[in-house]
Amino acid sequence: MALAGLTMSVRRAEVFGFLGPNGAGKTTAVKLLVGLTQPTAGEAWVLGAPMGDLKTRQRLGYLPELFRYQGWLTAHEVLELHCHLARLPRARWREEIELALQTVGLADRARDRVSGFSKGMQQRLGLGVALLGRPELVLLDEPTSALDPVGRHDVRDIIRRLKERGTSVFLNSHLLTEVEQICDRVAVVDHGRVIAKGTMQEILGKQGAVRIRVGGITGESAALQRFGAFEVEGEWLTFRGLGEDRVPELVSELVHRGGRVYAVEPRQETLEDRFLELLKESDK
Amino acid sequence: MSQAFTIARLTLVEASRRRLLLAMALLTLAVIVLTGWGFSFLPKQRGVTPAEVRSAAYILTVLVAFMFSGVLALGSTLVASPSIAGEIESGIVLAIAPRPIRRSEILLGKWLGLAFLVVLYAIASGVLELLVIKLGTGYTPPNPAGAIAFVGAEGIILMTLTLLLSTRMAPMTAGIIALVLFFVAWIGGIALAIGQAFDNHTIINIGLASRLLLPTDGLWHGAVYSLEPDFVLNGAQFAGRAASGNPFFASSPQPVAYLGWAFAWVVGLLGLSTWSFARRDL
Repeated sequence: MALAGLTMSVRRAEVFGFLGPNGAGKTTAVKLLVGLTQPTAGEAWVLGAPMGDLKTRQRLGYLPELFRYQGWLTAHEVLELHCHLARLPRARWREEIELALQTVGLADRARDRVSGFSKGMQQRLGLGVALLGRPELVLLDEPTSALDPVGRHDVRDIIRRLKERGTSVFLNSHLLTEVEQICDRVAVVDHGRVIAKGTMQEILGKQGAVRIRVGGITGESAALQRFGAFEVEGEWLTFRGLGEDRVPELVSELVHRGGRVYAVEPRQETLEDRFLELLKESDK
Repeated sequence: MSQAFTIARLTLVEASRRRLLLAMALLTLAVIVLTGWGFSFLPKQRGVTPAEVRSAAYILTVLVAFMFSGVLALGSTLVASPSIAGEIESGIVLAIAPRPIRRSEILLGKWLGLAFLVVLYAIASGVLELLVIKLGTGYTPPNPAGAIAFVGAEGIILMTLTLLLSTRMAPMTAGIIALVLFFVAWIGGIALAIGQAFDNHTIINIGLASRLLLPTDGLWHGAVYSLEPDFVLNGAQFAGRAASGNPFFASSPQPVAYLGWAFAWVVGLLGLSTWSFARRDL
């Protein structure tokens, strides 16, 4: 069984990040939602209808992770095919195709065959296909895995614009910095289970960490325990979960014990730190 | 249903863009021109009677029909085997299946597109070849349209079988299994004829079972019968057991019930393919 205990909900007009290590079940979850895979048990609703519902799929946009388009078609023809398959009224095709091509920056390659496209260009085209017909929910499975930094930046912009338009975005990704920048809420999945979910702030926690470079202090660890658990790396001490208000007290304590303080760096915990921590906790 | 036609049209565009249509057209034209050129020498040869020309033209017509049915059988397995399995492997289907389209519409669309190609090829090659033979030798088989229809139906049977296999197997495996079954059915047909000649019921039953399980050989014999003039059928009555087992001869037409069975077979297999594809996780 790939998924068990996956309970979560995505609200309208929010960007929802779905994170997890390779093989955690992220792609399987998305495939279930769009009807590519049948569940052995359990239920899910997409835009108010049971997952996989034929009519509801008209209101979905989906970018698969490992996909290819018909290499013998041009980018324009691929988009046309999907207008057809998405049952868009023919009168809207032209406008929709032009908008999609412009949004993903492929307007000048519209008449070229897809077989000549790089992986990054195929991914841009895939995103264009997913946006056709202005769907209410867009599911993106690793949308930037083949893109260069400029492409990634563009995709983040596209996702932000989708949100402004009121579209919900379900983003599967293991590029955590990206998720941190654009997601309103996230769920972390491991071994087919959700191990944490909430807003970015809830996941990261309000309290950060503080790193202090201090010299001339040895054997004082017992006295410093009252500031919480800390790690020592050469001259650097890292205190986790220490409130900002206690930092001056900690510094004066260090100075009082003969320490020479060279640097004090408050450090906001990154999603990556938290992600690794969560996985470690879940493995225990 | 319009979704199925979209997929059918896509299948035809693929055949054309991948230059399959062009390659088939050029090769077939080359064969037709060459056979027509060869046939045209027969009547001009000194000392050859018109009856001898007819006899030779008949044999050559059956053999050319056999060649085209072989090309069609190989061709239809080769185009059908990657049609579902290949698109699953490459990930093309991942972009299509989440659209508001039923799996049955994808499958039916593929079948319609491929069936159109098979029928187009059977008609174009059959009509041209028979026309060239008529021009060269003046010979026309008794039921040319029937022969073309039987050869086309043979291709459709094999294509439908390959499509079913393609919903569950790798393209190569599906293609090879379909071809092996095609040849086994061919031998089954020979066994049936031998069983009938020697009145051996065990062999007859094996042959009949093979003809029902895969109707390609039965349809081939329908095509052969459509190409046989009266003098061949009359002559065969005197050959007795000596002529038995000849896969290029049919002593009687295929009964209507058998044609009904072949039709039901296609419909049944299409249903089975839809069921199999709809239950497959992509």
